[in-house]
Amino acid sequence: MSELEFRRVSSIHGALMFLKAVDGIALGDRVVIRDRDNNRRNGQVIRSSKEVVMVQVFEGTDNLDLENTWVRFLDEPFELSLSPGMLGRNFNGIGEPRDDRPPLISNLRRNVNGSPVNPAARAYPREFIQTGISAIDGLNSLVRGQKLPVFSGSGLPHNRLAAQIVRQARLPGDASNFVIVFAAMGVSYSDARFFEQEFESSGVLRNVVMFMNLANDPPMERLLLPRTALTAAEYLAYELDHHVLVVITDMTNYAEALREIATEKGDVPSRKGYPGYLYSDLAEIYERAGRLRDRHGSITMIPILSMPSDDITHPIPDLTGYITEGQIVLSRELNNKSVYPPINVPPSLSRLMKDGIGKDFTREDHPRVASQLYASYTRALESRNLASIIGAEELSERDHHYLEFAERFEADFVRQGEHEERNIIETLNLAWELLSLLPPNTLSRVSEEDLHKYHSWDGSG
Amino acid sequence: MGEVLEINGPIVTIRQSGIRNGDQVKIGRLGLVGEVIHIREKDALVQVYESTESLRPGEQVVGLDYPLSVELGPGLLGQIFDGIQRPLNKIMALSGEHIARGLEVSALDRDRSWHFVADNNLVVGSELRGGQILGTVEETETIQHRILVPPDSHGIVIEHAPEGDYKINETIVRIRTDSGSVEDLKMYHRWPVRMPRPYQSRANSNVPLITGQRILDTFFPFLKGGKAAVPGPFGAGKTMLQQQIARWANADIVLYVGCGERGNEIVDILQSFPELKDPYSGRSLMERTFLVANTSNMPVVAREASIYVGVTMAEYYRDQGYDVVMVADSTSRWAEALREVAGRLGQMPVEEGYPAYLASRLAAFYERAGSVNTLAGNSGSVSLIGAVSPPGGDFSEPVTSHTKEIIRTFWALSKPLADARHYPAISWLESFTAYADRAAEWWSEQVGKQWYVRRQQALSLLAEADELERIVNLVGPEALSSNQRWVLESAGLIKEAVLQQSALDPIDSYCSPQKQFQLLDLMLQFHDGGVELIKLGMPVEPLIELPFGGELRRLKSMVPSDDLKELARYSEKIREAFDGLRVEYSNGQETKS
Ligand SMILES: Nc1ncnc2c1ncn2[C@@H]1O[C@H](COP(=O)(O)OP(=O)(O)O)[C@@H](O)[C@H]1O
Ligand SMILES: [Mg+2]
Repeated sequence: MSELEFRRVSSIHGALMFLKAVDGIALGDRVVIRDRDNNRRNGQVIRSSKEVVMVQVFEGTDNLDLENTWVRFLDEPFELSLSPGMLGRNFNGIGEPRDDRPPLISNLRRNVNGSPVNPAARAYPREFIQTGISAIDGLNSLVRGQKLPVFSGSGLPHNRLAAQIVRQARLPGDASNFVIVFAAMGVSYSDARFFEQEFESSGVLRNVVMFMNLANDPPMERLLLPRTALTAAEYLAYELDHHVLVVITDMTNYAEALREIATEKGDVPSRKGYPGYLYSDLAEIYERAGRLRDRHGSITMIPILSMPSDDITHPIPDLTGYITEGQIVLSRELNNKSVYPPINVPPSLSRLMKDGIGKDFTREDHPRVASQLYASYTRALESRNLASIIGAEELSERDHHYLEFAERFEADFVRQGEHEERNIIETLNLAWELLSLLPPNTLSRVSEEDLHKYHSWDGSG
Repeated sequence: MGEVLEINGPIVTIRQSGIRNGDQVKIGRLGLVGEVIHIREKDALVQVYESTESLRPGEQVVGLDYPLSVELGPGLLGQIFDGIQRPLNKIMALSGEHIARGLEVSALDRDRSWHFVADNNLVVGSELRGGQILGTVEETETIQHRILVPPDSHGIVIEHAPEGDYKINETIVRIRTDSGSVEDLKMYHRWPVRMPRPYQSRANSNVPLITGQRILDTFFPFLKGGKAAVPGPFGAGKTMLQQQIARWANADIVLYVGCGERGNEIVDILQSFPELKDPYSGRSLMERTFLVANTSNMPVVAREASIYVGVTMAEYYRDQGYDVVMVADSTSRWAEALREVAGRLGQMPVEEGYPAYLASRLAAFYERAGSVNTLAGNSGSVSLIGAVSPPGGDFSEPVTSHTKEIIRTFWALSKPLADARHYPAISWLESFTAYADRAAEWWSEQVGKQWYVRRQQALSLLAEADELERIVNLVGPEALSSNQRWVLESAGLIKEAVLQQSALDPIDSYCSPQKQFQLLDLMLQFHDGGVELIKLGMPVEPLIELPFGGELRRLKSMVPSDDLKELARYSEKIREAFDGLRVEYSNGQETKS
């Protein structure tokens, strides 16, 4: 650690600070800043040249002046100390304790940026995780090592859904529990408290590491927080052999911090003012989920993000969807109809489902049932739409079957209790109950054998 | 040779002397590899293929005196390379699960021996020209690797090695060049990736690239040596479609370029391809496949390079006389890498941050597709199929719209279709191909005389049904005539029984051209039968109630490509059913009158 302190700040704006005549400073290095009142702030070198060094200050530059600001370059990147003792603890975005307990001391320290996983070293994720939620397990199954975000909107119950997943997620027939890494950025105190209480009441608190930056904490720290949290997750998964479930909320606040700093740096904007590298930056975070060939543990990631104005084409959900392995989309309409969880089925997707379900994992008919439910429900939504145009009386008998199917699908299949846990067989049987509202000749995605085995059509619906 | 002045993300400014634009450099104590992209007076800008974290101003820079180039020789197939052709398996052996920086690994294995059989024309005193075949080695059981004279070499053979086992660094032929010097030829050579490899002439191929996917082969056919784009919003099926093409295309060699996409998709291929059988050779698919993978979490500049690294390797197999398919997932990530570098260089952005040269770079890349007569006198081809990932699924954005101008086949993926799990979610309205007329010749000769007619009939049926659906959504189904309602029914049948094709269905994942044609023909036979009865005045309801719907829709997954008897039986069954209906109906009419 360098003992040299410089007082060479040449200019300050926003979260950026520029220093002159400090040659040879490495990109990415950690910086400690002391202001006139001897308060400490943290920074990082984000551009370096012979003449000038650009530092981003995580706590912002309010009240800093050029005269009385001392800067120390630590000659090392941002690192996180790692030890089994981190379980049950609560840290901020740069890994300092928030819980009035002493900092972690460990010889094992890792650069929070990590380095890219070699694709040849990955193992393909394929073990079905049962969340007990029909709309997920039946239609958008999660597997161990997957990154599956929740696309939500303000006022929608994404937190409750995430908490339910955390409570209920397990491998069928496997007693071992997930270790949880919880990363919160820019969330309100009450939301953070909600999760803490959840962990407490379900008795998992000892198996949780929290990284928090609340709404009133310095926003720039959010740039580091997911990286810090994932460094902890990697340690827990790959060195302590845990299956880790990472919940990150709210990625929108992360992306906004990134936009802010990018604008200050003068980076060329692409869409809605977000920098062109938002995709790569998000990928650096999301791609840290997964499984490795020779490691026991895994990292399953559930990032939560709120879609600005419920717009799924907004750059944040859009780029996220391009990187993650599917998405669970919440619907305001279903929420208004008091359907919990308000999962909007058609735009939701799990890309890894195809290899994690069926005969060897859930039940033989699962892939076809899921495909059929999708097909029938989107068809039923057309009938509903038609009914709203020409009136339900005008509809054909077939359309009437579909109308009823849509209602029951939302009310019985998608909707369930916040503490209701359906196992996958219950979910699939429920699916067949609903498909039995439809005549067999409309069910071409399932096989003849499936129909014989599971479909009970009495000719009238 | 030089020193670092400034580090700005992947762009490093160096003080230098005597460096050429395009040269490779090694930077700093870590030996990061980069490429000079701009020179101004004493300074040069370098784009670095690896993360520049921890690099400092003042570190040393060494010029390597050659441009970004790839090694071309036996041992590429079955491999997976990063964006600058470093084998990822070797990297793993050196640095473990995470990719370390500054690693020096050559693409081709120096220790492996290959059994070289000299070409008959290789004799002392004969003249060798660039691109000529020196001999062959068996690269995999399916692929004979033809060892080529480097395109820019020329001379008289002074001596050559006899048949035997050689490593790629051993000299197999010695020539005296025009200038009188002696040049050693080995089983591999290097070629700069940004320069297209030369050929004798362009050829006109009318042979379709069969992918085994009905909506592609039958409705929007593509030719060997063609250029195609697969645009679509996230989750619409770009990657699955490209993987299907990589699996089932009737090409000799398949190169899969994962450019800025998911690591797990690469693993999926690495794990599933070796187990799958090439439907044409019956051997493991991996014997004809290789990959370039620069996933989204890997450095962005190497992403830009990966496309050129890929296409140069594709051209190399083309020059051996092979039909090569390169799929690139996704060209948008490549364009974004371009944008990022342009932005850091302070170049003027023109649309959504992209530099003005985006369109010309895209065009130059796709121009490397084509069927050619090779320097050795064979014919070979490179087909390019690029995924495009438009932000927000908006096809009017710069990368999609420029690409659309360049390619000849556009397989447009649609979100509503994907949401309904109609896969492949290729829109029959937005897609197009300029190759249909040329493909028709092959289809009518090899598969069915009626191919072109049936295809047209199906496409217009689908278009008409879309129009009718709009009407229904305005005024309800009652406004339609019997005939129109039947069109809607038949279009629904064609969508489900022909267009939809699950990549996950063991039988239907690949569909032979014969099966494609017969399935379509069968569904249209069903449609025509109904039309005829309606013409006689029969109402549409009994037709809709015909019990065939479910069966016809399931045929694709019941009837395997190599045994189509069942389809003929169905054709018979349908004919009988309609004959029966006709008789019944006209009898009924007679008794009434
Ligand atoms: N032809 C297909 N058959 C079956 N499933 C498909 C097909 N195409 C796409 N899918 C489904 O859609 C998901 C998303 O497809 P993918 O190719 O990953 O989309 P994109 O690359 O456009 O984001 C896949 O995980 C798979 O479940
Ligand atoms: Mg994809």
